[in-house]
Amino acid sequence: MLRLVIVGASLAGLRAAQAARAAGHEGEIVMIGREPHLPYTRPPLSKELLQGTQEIEDSALQVGELDVQWRLGTAASGLDRAGRHVLLADGSEVRYDRLIVATGCRARSWDGPGSELGGVHTLRDLEDAVALRAALASAQHLLIVGAGFIGCEVAASARALGVDVTLVDIASHPLLPFGPQLGERWARMHRDHGVDLRVGVGLAGLGGAQRVEHAELTDGSTVVVDAVLLALGSVLNTDWLAGSGLELNPAVVCDSTLTTTSDPDILAAGDVAAVPVPLAGGAALRIEHWTSAAEHGQLAGRNALLDPAERVSHTTPPYFWSDQYGVKIQALGLPALAERIELLEQSPEDDRFIAACVAGENMVGIVGVNAARRLPWYRRQLTHPRPLAEVKLQLTDEATTLGAPLAAA
Amino acid sequence: MKVHVDMNLCQSHGECVAIAPDVFELGDDDMLVWQEEVPDDRRADMEAAANACPMMAIRLED
Ligand SMILES: Cc1cc2nc3c(=O)[nH]c(=O)nc-3n(C[C@H](O)[C@H](O)[C@H](O)COP(=O)(O)OP(=O)(O)OC[C@H]3O[C@@H](n4cnc5c(N)ncnc54)[C@H](O)[C@@H]3O)c2cc1C
Ligand code: SF4
Repeated sequence: MLRLVIVGASLAGLRAAQAARAAGHEGEIVMIGREPHLPYTRPPLSKELLQGTQEIEDSALQVGELDVQWRLGTAASGLDRAGRHVLLADGSEVRYDRLIVATGCRARSWDGPGSELGGVHTLRDLEDAVALRAALASAQHLLIVGAGFIGCEVAASARALGVDVTLVDIASHPLLPFGPQLGERWARMHRDHGVDLRVGVGLAGLGGAQRVEHAELTDGSTVVVDAVLLALGSVLNTDWLAGSGLELNPAVVCDSTLTTTSDPDILAAGDVAAVPVPLAGGAALRIEHWTSAAEHGQLAGRNALLDPAERVSHTTPPYFWSDQYGVKIQALGLPALAERIELLEQSPEDDRFIAACVAGENMVGIVGVNAARRLPWYRRQLTHPRPLAEVKLQLTDEATTLGAPLAAA
Repeated sequence: MKVHVDMNLCQSHGECVAIAPDVFELGDDDMLVWQEEVPDDRRADMEAAANACPMMAIRLED
């Protein structure tokens, strides 16, 4: 019987193990995880958990009676493909017949002046969130470096807790993947909630005795702070694969069945994997979204048990959400590929809308604000690039748009 | 089988709607409406929906 080994005991890894069991796999499953915890879900770490509306237990993913051997608190340190085993940091080896790589990412660090001071945080794991939450309980002024999703969500959470926030980014707009046109909206949203947002500005250095007391920015200004969050994006956890010969781009390169291009017995899933996306003309991209990790995991768990020729492709368009100040932002497809944005639907009050992300003639993604009800319809349009004109024609037939269908105009 | 959705957790992501549009639907106000009693031959779909829900809001009962 096949022995399935999964490295990375988080969302993608858990879904892979569950799917393998659901598919009737009776052989051993070994789950190797660096963190000491059973799998948990990360989105609340910047939102509900940070704001105190959810507790640590609430972020646990349901594991149930899942029959796996957990090797938690142990990192994989190497991969020997010839010998078909994973090397662990404690010196032991775990033999595999099929291997799923699901080691995700970690927060990008910064080693500029003052990075070693107390009160300087990053956010990826549960411990990070618990530490940041404790800091926000007494902080007066939080500096957030990086206005991506995590930076923006933490800004919203900190404002909800009454903490003053300065949010800086070297880019010209927050949430850059959604483009400059929508960037103005997000900027206004943060400023309306009292965030001191400074764009085109980076961090030059931090200062203080033991703990951080002030920050120097690249425009020469100084901010008095007592807590800092570095939200600089993520770095892939692929160090343990160095020398294994697996193709890295720098993510683990897979075909559409999540099988690595280098080895049919090794699959990858979640944030660590680069998988061809039909909307991008089949380019292998990494999609760091919860839903992709869950879908990849599920598919990799099933596919790992099959012969390569029988494996099924991943085709659903990427889906992402973010919650800030009670506003629900949702995105489908690949907004980052957009050359322009076109508003397709809008409520009369302008508090709900759907915008198309357009590349050439084609709609390659949508961004919705408080428009959840409309997402399933667009999800069906976004399995492949489609001419925007075609989508707009169909839209005029839709009786359920958010308001007057703008596309008709 | 019975399908429970904890509406304190549900945030209208619509993953369940994508998997089983005949069982789950988002209403005008973006709130989820769903069929509480589902035939047993839909178990696989319901389990897929429960696993796909980012909020872990869906619970199944025999
Ligand atoms: C604060 C925060 C908020 C988020 N909010 C959203 C959101 O609102 N919407 C959304 O769509 N997405 C969100 N995401 C992204 C989402 O959480 C990720 O896409 C998802 O966690 C990816 O799952 P994964 O299993 O691929 O990787 P991860 O969750 O990163 O898990 C990888 C696991 O592998 C372990 N590991 C790493 N190296 C090794 C090793 N050598 N040996 C053994 N184990 C190892 C890690 O410790 C980790 O437990 C958020 C992420 C964060 C951090
Ligand atoms: S997937 Fe979950 S959160 Fe989304 S609508 Fe269904 S129950 Fe609600």
